[in-house]
Amino acid sequence: MVSLDAKALNHQSLNQQIKSVDENVKLINVLGQRFIAAGAADKSLDIYGTPGNALGAYLNGAVINVYGNAQDAVGDTMNSGQINVFGNIGDAPGYAMRGGRIYVKGDAGYRAGIHMKAYKEHLPVLIIGGKAGSFLGEYQAGGIIIVLGLTDDDKDIVANFPCTGMHGGKMFLRSKCEGIHFPHQVTAASADAEDIDLIRGYVSEFCEVFGYDADEILNADFTVITPDSRNPYKQMYVAN
Amino acid sequence: MIMPINYILPEFEVERSDYRCIRCRVCERQCANGVHRYDADGDIMLSDEFQCVDCQRCVCLCPTHALKIRKNENELRENANWKQNTILEIYKQANTGGVLLSSMGNPEPFPVYWDKILINASQVTNPSIDPLREPMETRVFLGKKPHDIERDVNGNINTELPPQVELQIPVMFSAMSYGSISYNAHQSLATAAEALGICYNTGEGGLHEDFYQYGKNTIVQVASGRFGVYKDYLEAGAAIEIKMGQGAKPGIGGHLPGTKVGADVSKTRMIPEGSDAISPAPHHDIYSIEDLRQLVFSLKEATDYKKPVIVKVAAVHNIAAIASGIARSGADIIAIDGFRGGTGAAPTRIRDNVGIPIELALAAVDKRLRDEGIRQNVSLVVGGSVRSASDVIKAIALGADACYIATSALLALGCHLCRTCQSGKCNWGIATQDPELVKRLNPETGKERLVNLLTAWKHEIKEMMGLMGINSIEALRGNRLMLRGVGLNEKELEILGISHAGE
Repeated sequence: MVSLDAKALNHQSLNQQIKSVDENVKLINVLGQRFIAAGAADKSLDIYGTPGNALGAYLNGAVINVYGNAQDAVGDTMNSGQINVFGNIGDAPGYAMRGGRIYVKGDAGYRAGIHMKAYKEHLPVLIIGGKAGSFLGEYQAGGIIIVLGLTDDDKDIVANFPCTGMHGGKMFLRSKCEGIHFPHQVTAASADAEDIDLIRGYVSEFCEVFGYDADEILNADFTVITPDSRNPYKQMYVAN
Repeated sequence: MIMPINYILPEFEVERSDYRCIRCRVCERQCANGVHRYDADGDIMLSDEFQCVDCQRCVCLCPTHALKIRKNENELRENANWKQNTILEIYKQANTGGVLLSSMGNPEPFPVYWDKILINASQVTNPSIDPLREPMETRVFLGKKPHDIERDVNGNINTELPPQVELQIPVMFSAMSYGSISYNAHQSLATAAEALGICYNTGEGGLHEDFYQYGKNTIVQVASGRFGVYKDYLEAGAAIEIKMGQGAKPGIGGHLPGTKVGADVSKTRMIPEGSDAISPAPHHDIYSIEDLRQLVFSLKEATDYKKPVIVKVAAVHNIAAIASGIARSGADIIAIDGFRGGTGAAPTRIRDNVGIPIELALAAVDKRLRDEGIRQNVSLVVGGSVRSASDVIKAIALGADACYIATSALLALGCHLCRTCQSGKCNWGIATQDPELVKRLNPETGKERLVNLLTAWKHEIKEMMGLMGINSIEALRGNRLMLRGVGLNEKELEILGISHAGE
C-alpha cells in the first residue's frame, strides 16, 4: 500500500496521483477534495480525514474505507465496489447506484439512496448504521436500503417523506416506525423471518466492518417497505 | 349499463376509393392501430376511424392509391375563443381525468423567427465564391477555446487544446433515447453520423452494446435518472452531455412507461424489465451552478479530462444568465433546446406553453457571453426546430457553433409527424419497440436517407456561404451583419441583434 499525502493538493492533482499508482493507496490529510476515486475499478483506498463531495462517483469495483466523515453525493451512479464510512455521511449518498455496497456507521443526510436501481446481477445495498434524513429512498427503483438506528439519540429512524416516488426495491428500517408517514403507493409491514433472511448477509458484513454483533442487531423489530407497483404513473395520462 | 357518450368524434376520415380498392388488405396489415378491416360478407374494406392517427402509412403503401386520410370536416359551432381543439381537450379530460399527453414539437402558431430573417449576398463590391470550384470549410470544433495564443521560446504555437468534438458539418443528431425510438432508428443515426463525420446522441436511455463501435461519433447523455451510465459508457463517447432540460418540456422530467421497457431496453438502461423508467425533473444533486460544476467535474475526473462536457438546457426566460452560469461551471459546450423541440411524449400544456423560441434564446446567450468576455469558454449548440440548411446558416450567423436536429432526422427516416409517438405503435418503425413494427425501418436505408439529407444540406450551406463571400463556416459565426429581419418589431430586432431589411 502506497501512502499519499493529500495536503494542499487540489482534486485534479490528487486524483492523478491516485491513478498513477497501481497498488492500493492510503490517503492522509484529506481535506474536502472532491471526486476522489471517481470511476475507480481495481484498487482499495484508505482515506484519513474528510473527503469532499462525490467520493467514488461512478465507482466500478474499487473498495474505499473512510476513517472519518464523508460529504455529499458519495457513490453517485456507482456500478460496483464498496464504500465503508466510519463516521457520518452527507446528502444523497448512493444517488442512482446500480450495484455495490455503501456502509455507513453513523447518520446519513437528506435523500440517501435516491433513485437507487438494480439490474440483473447488480443489487446495490446501502446500510446506514445511525439515522437517516428526509427523503430517504426517493424514487427508489431497486436495491436494498437498510437503516439500523444504532446511534443513541431521540431522533426518529428516518426524518420526513421517506419512499416518495418509490417504485422498486426494498427498504428496511430497524424500528416499528410508529408515527412515520409513508406515501400511499408503498406498503410498510413488519418484517418476518424471511425478510430478515434476505438482509442477514449484508448486515453481517456491515457488522464485521464496524465491529457489531449481527445477531443482536437483527434481533429487533424491523419494518420492511415495498412499492405497490412498478408503474406508479400509468393512469395519469390521456392521449391528445 | 349504457355507455355514456364521450363526445369525441374521429379526428380523421378514411376516404377509400372503392373503384380503385383491390381488397389486397395491405392497409389492414400495415396499420398497427387497427383502423382497416376486411368484411368478407360484403367483400368490402371497413374503417374504424377512431383509431386513425393520420400517419399516412396505409396511404403510402396502398398499391392502387385508393386511400386518402382527411381531416374530419365535421365542425363544432365556430368560436374564436373556444376553438374546436380546446373543446375536445376538455372532453378528453372530463372523460378520463388524465393529463393531456402529446408528442413531437409545439404545433401552435407561434412566430417562427427563422422565417422572418433573410440572408445577405455579395453584389459588386465584394466577390462571392463558387463552392463548386473553390475549397469551402464547413468543419467545426466544439469545445473550450484558449483565451490567448501561447507560443513557446521558438515561436511555435502551443497546440495543447482542451478536448474538442470535430464535426465535418455543423449539424448533429440530437438526443433521442433507445426506448423512445427503436433499435433500427438508433442504428440508422449511428451509422449515418459515422459516414457524415458528425455525432448522434444516445439520449438518456444508455448505449446499446452493439453501438459502442460508433463511439467516436456518439454523444452519451447523463440525465437525472442516470440510466445506463457507467464507466465504459462515459468513456465510449466523443463527448458527455448532461441533460438539465428539454425544449419540449422544460422543468419537468421524463417517464418511459414500463410497457416500453422490454428485454433489450432494460439491458441498455440497466433497469429491470417492465419497470417504469422515471427521470425526475431535477437532478437531485444540482440546485446551483456550483452543484452543476460538481457534476461536470465528476464526469471529467471519471474520464481523465479527455471528453468535452456538454450541458443541455431548455430555452427559458433569463436563458442568457443561465448560460453565463453554465459557461463558468467548467462545461465545454452549452446546448440550448428551443420550445419547438420534439419529444416522444410531453404533457400538452407544457409542450405548448413553456419555454421560448430558440432564435431569441441563441441571440441573447451569444451576446451575453461576448459581453462578459467568456464566449470562448464554451461552444454553443442549438436545436428546437432547425428545419433546413438555411435555418442552420441563420443559427450560425446568430452565434451558434453547431445545430442539433432530431425532427428533421426522423422525417428523413420516414416519420410523417402524426404526433402519436407516446402510443408506441409507430407504423414507420421509429417510435416503437414492437419487433414487427421496428423491422419496417431498414437501418441501411435509414442511414442512406440521413446521409442524403445532410449531404444536400452541406451543399446548400456551401452555396449560401459562397454567396455571402465566406469560405469558412467559422467566419460566419456570430456574423449578424449577414442577417436582416422582415416584419419584426424594434424589440425583436434588438434581441436578435440584427437590422431590418432595407437598413
